[in-house]
Amino acid sequence: MMEKMIFGRYVPIPSVIHKMDPRSKLIIIFLFVAIIFLANNWITYALIALYTFFMLGLSKVPFRFLYGGLKPVIWLVLFTFLLQLFFTKGGNLVFDWGPIEIYEEGIRMGLFISLRFFFLILITSLLTLTTTPIEITDGLETLLTPLKKLRFPVHEMALMMSISLRFIPTLMQETDKIMKAQIARGVEFASGPIKERIKAVIPLLIPLFVSSFKRAEELAIAMEARGYRGGEGRTKYRQLSWRMIDTLQVGLLVILTILLIIFRS
Amino acid sequence: MDISLSQVEYRYQANTPFERIAIQDVSIDIPTGTYLALIGHTGSGKSTVLQHLNALLVPTEGTVKIGEHEIKSHQKNKNLREVRQKVGIVFQFPEHQLFEETVEKDIIFGPMNFGVSEKEAKARAREALKQVGLGEEILEKSPFDLSGGQMRRVAIAGVLAMNPDVLVLDEPTAGLDPRGRNEIMEMFYTLHKKRNLSTILVTHSMEDAAKYADQIVIMQRGRVMKKGTPTEIFSSPSELVKMGLDVPEVVRFQMKLEQKLSVKLDKVYLSIEELSSAVAELLGRGVRT
Repeated sequence: MMEKMIFGRYVPIPSVIHKMDPRSKLIIIFLFVAIIFLANNWITYALIALYTFFMLGLSKVPFRFLYGGLKPVIWLVLFTFLLQLFFTKGGNLVFDWGPIEIYEEGIRMGLFISLRFFFLILITSLLTLTTTPIEITDGLETLLTPLKKLRFPVHEMALMMSISLRFIPTLMQETDKIMKAQIARGVEFASGPIKERIKAVIPLLIPLFVSSFKRAEELAIAMEARGYRGGEGRTKYRQLSWRMIDTLQVGLLVILTILLIIFRS
Repeated sequence: MDISLSQVEYRYQANTPFERIAIQDVSIDIPTGTYLALIGHTGSGKSTVLQHLNALLVPTEGTVKIGEHEIKSHQKNKNLREVRQKVGIVFQFPEHQLFEETVEKDIIFGPMNFGVSEKEAKARAREALKQVGLGEEILEKSPFDLSGGQMRRVAIAGVLAMNPDVLVLDEPTAGLDPRGRNEIMEMFYTLHKKRNLSTILVTHSMEDAAKYADQIVIMQRGRVMKKGTPTEIFSSPSELVKMGLDVPEVVRFQMKLEQKLSVKLDKVYLSIEELSSAVAELLGRGVRT
């Protein structure tokens, strides 16, 4: 049941992208999210597309997994496209049927914005598909370290993130187990009228809550028993290493940015 | 109700890079009234086999027959509810499945899902509670106020109240104290005899397997390594030890005794009483070293 949740899931295969430092990947993603807004004509969108597909190729992630990530948001993309299509006015009138008017500008904007969405989703799911959650957390913690000066609890935040990431599989297993136990007691999760199905969630959620609270308490006790006293002076087991490929990748993105600035209209 | 698995294979997350074969070529017959013990290490595939017994998992290859129902891959398997009503599963740590406000509501949850009337379900709840050795006074309590052992019993009562023909037990006594363990195992055995149930017990305990089971299946790395009656299985104890499995204390004692006295008893004895009378007879015949 839980097996189908592919979105945001790490695919362990050896590739250049997998070997990159999570910091460089995060920097690239943040920059990419920003520079995608520079694109505003066909040439610049073509550049973005080229870059995205190049990265996808490098990562060697099978298309199936990317599609798995895209599927839940495809409707959102479509909706945005239609919204732009119908409500943007400008340029020549292309289609006119009663209250429905479609302008050239509408088609252009609709296409551009949904493409932007599409590429953003592809690149961000590439991050989660090629980087283990724990690497992402480590990367974020290091990148956010300067914020400590502003009294932002960077370590605590990273700890919270890694704990919740650590327990996602546990929680999924537990969900699976309790679901099966309740199915064996005659609950139908997957069929029947919608009202019944919503009611069926209660026998699943209550045990999950109970065990999560219990586990949280046990974890806190275990951490204290092992002398956890916060992030001050704590060393790291996993060391991040910035390599040539990371510099090259950031460089590539800088080149893309420059190209975008040159070619945008 | 007869259950039979023939050449069952199950792969987790088939067709992904995470694919993993959990069990393969598993064939087990469980005729009505059998008490079968399923033994193996953690990760040997016991729990996967167990989940096939009421169609929680559908085999990726092979067939599972549960009574009249045949469950195969690549086909729509209908009327699984019927199967699930007939096959009650007590999962490991069943107390984790409790969720209702009162013990009574939790016990009648299963039967009522299968269409039993409330009145009938409540009567069953009282009976089931008696079977697991709890008093009616806890019916109105919240299951979360009970002790661990009581919660376990309430959860078991919830399965018993469904009146299953087949009872599947996944280490039902894990984490209980020795007395509670004994009581619960005895309770299941009495029920097994009284209602002519088929019982499938997944366990690590060789003692329990030797004591209660008619048939033992030993699993290793997703395959059936050995099956037979307890006497057959434990007649070659060294083989079990080689597989990293335990043998019952009685059998171990007999092994040591035979070594020490360099004699061989006529067969493997599985209870202290039988063994001691066999030894007494041996000594009476005057065999000494």
